[in-house]
Amino acid sequence: MKELSELNFPDDVMYSDDHEWTKMENDEAVIGISDYAQDQLGDIVFVELPQVGETFEKGAEFGTVESVKAVSELFLPVGGEIIAVNDALEDTPELVNNEPYTGGWMLRIKLSDKSELDQLMNKSAYLESLKG
Amino acid sequence: MKEGVGTTGLILNEPFLWEKGKKGRMGFSLPNNDVPSSPLVAELLGEGPDFPDLSEVDVVRHYTRLSTWNFGVDSGMYPLGSCTMKYNPKTNERQASLPGLAQAHPLLPTELAQGALKIMFDLQEHLAEITGLPAVSLQPAAGAQGELTGMLLFYAFHMMNKERRTKILIPDTAHGTNPASAALCGFRSVPVASNAQGVLAPDDVEALMDEDTAGIMVTNPNTLGLFEEHIKQISEIVHTKGGLVYADGANMNAVMGMVNMADLGVDVLHLNLHKTFSTPHGGGGPGSGPVCVTKKLEPFLPVPRVMHVKNRYELSYDFPESIGKVHAFYGNFGIQIRAYSYILSMGDQLKTASQLAVLNANYLKESLRDIFHLPYDKPCMHECVFTDKHQQAFKVSTLDIAKRLIDYGFHPPTIYFPLVVQGALMMEPTETESKENLDDFIEALRQIVQEAKDNPELLLQAPIKTKVRRLDETMAARKPCLAG
Repeated sequence: MKELSELNFPDDVMYSDDHEWTKMENDEAVIGISDYAQDQLGDIVFVELPQVGETFEKGAEFGTVESVKAVSELFLPVGGEIIAVNDALEDTPELVNNEPYTGGWMLRIKLSDKSELDQLMNKSAYLESLKG
Repeated sequence: MKEGVGTTGLILNEPFLWEKGKKGRMGFSLPNNDVPSSPLVAELLGEGPDFPDLSEVDVVRHYTRLSTWNFGVDSGMYPLGSCTMKYNPKTNERQASLPGLAQAHPLLPTELAQGALKIMFDLQEHLAEITGLPAVSLQPAAGAQGELTGMLLFYAFHMMNKERRTKILIPDTAHGTNPASAALCGFRSVPVASNAQGVLAPDDVEALMDEDTAGIMVTNPNTLGLFEEHIKQISEIVHTKGGLVYADGANMNAVMGMVNMADLGVDVLHLNLHKTFSTPHGGGGPGSGPVCVTKKLEPFLPVPRVMHVKNRYELSYDFPESIGKVHAFYGNFGIQIRAYSYILSMGDQLKTASQLAVLNANYLKESLRDIFHLPYDKPCMHECVFTDKHQQAFKVSTLDIAKRLIDYGFHPPTIYFPLVVQGALMMEPTETESKENLDDFIEALRQIVQEAKDNPELLLQAPIKTKVRRLDETMAARKPCLAG
């Protein structure tokens, strides 16, 4: 596993306690897991994502990631309706390891309540929480 | 420094049997035909199976060579946590291969199978005595099927009370099979977090336990190797709300003859005969997962049940509330004989075996605590859990330490489990190992930790002495190539 200084934390996404990131693109939120999360999990071999059209509340489990070590749940950082999932992860789950913020995105959702965004962390707050 | 057991030697390659076969070879001779030929029924004709033609020596060498690539408890120490890889005494095999037992047909009428039935009946009695739970079914084929049987018993019990409870409480230190077994029976598992001391807190159970919850599944000692010291209080909380208590007996090797499960409030417990009672384990043959229950749950046990009536042993189906059969015939009988052999061989020394298993684990814990991070610093039961926290600075992980142990001639411990401990190394030496063996194991880990500092590449490349080097587990999971 890497040192925090070796990990990538972009400024243009927001982070949750459960290590998911959220990025607003127009009115839609794109969601994935952080570089820290993928590094902790190790090589990811399977990603299970929900169906388009399903609606979840903030904090709800929306899927799982399986690495060679363990299976971990994924929690939605903000509530909303799933409007797209990254089908590429079905055959190439390694995208989550290699490009966590770009090719490894997981969901695109329509927010139920934009004020939930306020509860997410910016890069410096997230880094602080990781240093614990 | 004394030479360790891990070394290299001539390792013989061996092809698949299909590649080895040559037309016309055979391992036996058919007698000459001395009856008139008659044509086969047309619908029974067809292509035969694709089996290679092999001589006896071809087959013997094939499996002997494969066996030399393997590592088993007969080759060395196998400290796989929560698996109790104890030595399997050879007398067990001798008893199980007695022709009267090995060749008994499961459809024999009971009057011709009194010996086999007596063994099953007596084994049930012994398991009842060891656990403190009076009624036993030997049917489940292994631990997870014992769990499922237990969940079906929970369901049957609540149905009798005209209740359909939907949830089950499962601690975060549970084996992964627990929630799976509960889900298979239609229950939704509700996780209960263990507290800072690594055990369940009664308040946390109280907060989650309600009248829609069928009960709780507890492993005691838990997978951190810690005794659930509040179990009695937790059982009371669950019982007060009408629930039942299931105990996963995977870690029973810590408490044989020490703990009366009924006194702890346990309603159902499964045993792993292939762990605690020294029958083959892990590719070495089928398992056996008997369930032991209180009188309250006895009517629901699987049928047929072995009964002792008027000096005769019988199989009875006359239990209308039974959940039915969970296994063909009567469970894995060959394994039951081995466990029976072990119990009779050990007698009241079973208790000593548990005491020594606990002593050995604590010896490992105290001997290694200066080199490995110990997440829960308190006396352990039959296994202890460390982490790779102190080794992370050298960029080596639990996986690398485990792989390097293979080069030293030891089977790795359980790794990355329990999930509540990051980078867990979970060691269960069992009572099998002598102090000398434990000291060799400790010395190997000390050398590995030193290597991690001086030459971490050794760990990252390990194992280097084996026939097959480090496998690409990621590729195997992402792009599996299933062939044989």
